[in-house]
Amino acid sequence: MSQAAEQTAGAPAILQEIRPAVKPRAQLVAHGHDFNWITEKICGIAEEKTPVWWWWCFGCACLVASFTVAGITYLVATGVGVWGHRSPVNWAWDIVNFVFWIGIGHAGTLISAILCLLRQKWRTSINRSAEAMTIFAVVCAGIFPVFHVGRVWYAWFLFPLPNSNYIWQNYRSPLEWDVFAVSTYGTVSVLFWYVGMIPDLATMRDRFASVGKTLKARLYGLFAMGWRGSSRHWSNYEMAYLILAGVSTPLVLSVHTIVSFDFAVSLLPGWHTTIFPPYFVAGAIFSGFGMVLTLALPLRAVYHLEDLITQYHIDCMCKIILATGTMVGYAYAMEFFIAWYGANPYEGFTFINRAFGPYWWAYFLMISCNVITPQFFWFKAVRQNTTLVWILALFVNVGMWFERFVIIATSLARDFLPTSWGYYSPSVVEIFTFFGTFGVFSVLFLLFIRFLPIMAIAELKAVTPQADPHSGEHRGDRHG
Amino acid sequence: MAKLFPKSANKLPVQIIVYLCVVGCIATAAAQYYMTPKYTRVGYAPMQPVPYSHAKHVGELGLDCRYCHSTIDTAGAAIPTSQTCMNCHNQLKAASPALAVIRESYQTGNPVPWVHVHVMPSFVYFDHSIHVNRGIGCVECHGKVSEMDVVTQVKPMSMGFCLDCHRAPELHVREKADVFNLDSGTIAATQGIEAARTFVKDWNIKPPVSCSGCHR
Repeated sequence: MSQAAEQTAGAPAILQEIRPAVKPRAQLVAHGHDFNWITEKICGIAEEKTPVWWWWCFGCACLVASFTVAGITYLVATGVGVWGHRSPVNWAWDIVNFVFWIGIGHAGTLISAILCLLRQKWRTSINRSAEAMTIFAVVCAGIFPVFHVGRVWYAWFLFPLPNSNYIWQNYRSPLEWDVFAVSTYGTVSVLFWYVGMIPDLATMRDRFASVGKTLKARLYGLFAMGWRGSSRHWSNYEMAYLILAGVSTPLVLSVHTIVSFDFAVSLLPGWHTTIFPPYFVAGAIFSGFGMVLTLALPLRAVYHLEDLITQYHIDCMCKIILATGTMVGYAYAMEFFIAWYGANPYEGFTFINRAFGPYWWAYFLMISCNVITPQFFWFKAVRQNTTLVWILALFVNVGMWFERFVIIATSLARDFLPTSWGYYSPSVVEIFTFFGTFGVFSVLFLLFIRFLPIMAIAELKAVTPQADPHSGEHRGDRHG
Repeated sequence: MAKLFPKSANKLPVQIIVYLCVVGCIATAAAQYYMTPKYTRVGYAPMQPVPYSHAKHVGELGLDCRYCHSTIDTAGAAIPTSQTCMNCHNQLKAASPALAVIRESYQTGNPVPWVHVHVMPSFVYFDHSIHVNRGIGCVECHGKVSEMDVVTQVKPMSMGFCLDCHRAPELHVREKADVFNLDSGTIAATQGIEAARTFVKDWNIKPPVSCSGCHR
């Protein structure tokens, strides 16, 4: 009150001094660890004696993966009819699972490409494992369309190779675009992952060599491609990485756009909508970050990586899930709106049928997992509760699987002609094959954390305060 | 720290890439050559239960194809029953040991176990009658059977082989009188391509080239 009184007494109505609010940037490596600590921490994970829990997990993962192997073997030996899809639902779990897995991969590419170009430095501690996740997810995704062709030994018909059948690919078909979209995506993801890993592989090579483990040093050295860490190497590396980031950025958007064309280009009500490409891309990133959190949080707990995957990182990912989840929710609402606004009776029926028809349970699972779950991330307390975040991320994964199921199965089961309506239930073989892909994925991921540097060591060092020449005693220096 | 790799390892990445490209090209080329019907099917001449010679019966004696393959122009390919053989062979060489299988089949009614030479996959719909009734001679697909002692597959019978003709029938049609004459030539060869085109137009020859034309 007295201040106000002074002002009215004739003092100028402005502050004497402007004091900007102190809002420190989040530390990406907590507790001021030095470079050596980071190297020891990350390399130590791959160098230590194989932990007992790893063997247990690996054994379980192999067991689960054997379900896919058995299911696929049975399919190849018998025929594609062992899966439960038949007219009118000729695309079912196989395509659901394909879209589910391919979508998961998108977070890895987003983190490695777009966040790199946007200089989002928090990507550094999760990009390596997210890229690994992308590649393994593409592997799991690829299984389904390849075996859906039935005679899998003819799968090479997908590629334009000269053959005595004179079969040539139909380039007007989005399914053919998909072949190229996904294979490009897989190739670029592997390149990105590998190029980013070269300096770290060289670090591991040198560490093995210095303790006399020549065989391991040679093995890592083979893949480190003679990296010496010279300025020229770094200069080339940075350029290669930037180019790959530029190449991958359109892929983040294009791959799932083309996957959505598999549906949107057809004339089926419920598939034939222009909102599909952005809606699928948002959903893919949503599910991808769900999976990143599902994997990163246990990894963080097991290896005590709290100083590298900090609360800030988790916050960022939760916010992306919130944003993309809300976009997906908007798309669900907009589909309904357009179905009404477009006044096409078939499309109108499709959406009513989706929510209240025989698959209502799948629709409401989808809505509750994908639209309601992410809304919890508005609350800081939720984002800070790691267990809760992990559980919510699991719900996101479940919800996104059901989204694809709802889109594919409900639209096909009841289309234009009521006489050709049907109801789809999966066969045991289908269920086992899908269940097993989680094992395939886990096997690959466990091998990754056992043998490769799970974080980008060199990049992590670059985001520490020490790497900034203006840190430490120089803080406060002003360049003229 | 000792050197892990010799200096020659510097070239390894390029060498590996070149090696993989070369192996890939060779594998594709080899598969193209060795794994297509041109290589795997052409020349197939299985041993038959009866040493029946088309060269003798058709080439020397002048039997018409349809004497034995009697339903070829109305329905599908027919392998003659032993009754057809016995029309002549109950008189001619009636005691020949080479014909023992035929006589046994004639008496018991069990068919002669001929070995299938030109195998058409079950997912292909093929009807002989439309082909022979629209100027496609036997020789187009089966070669000069009239000169074969043992029936041999001479054409690959691949999908590409079918499509070559379906896409350009004017190069393969012959006069309807010449269809069963294995020594005749195509219209395009004897009268020129214009005459062949006219024939195709007049006879309304529109071979299907869509998937469902043959894969029904």
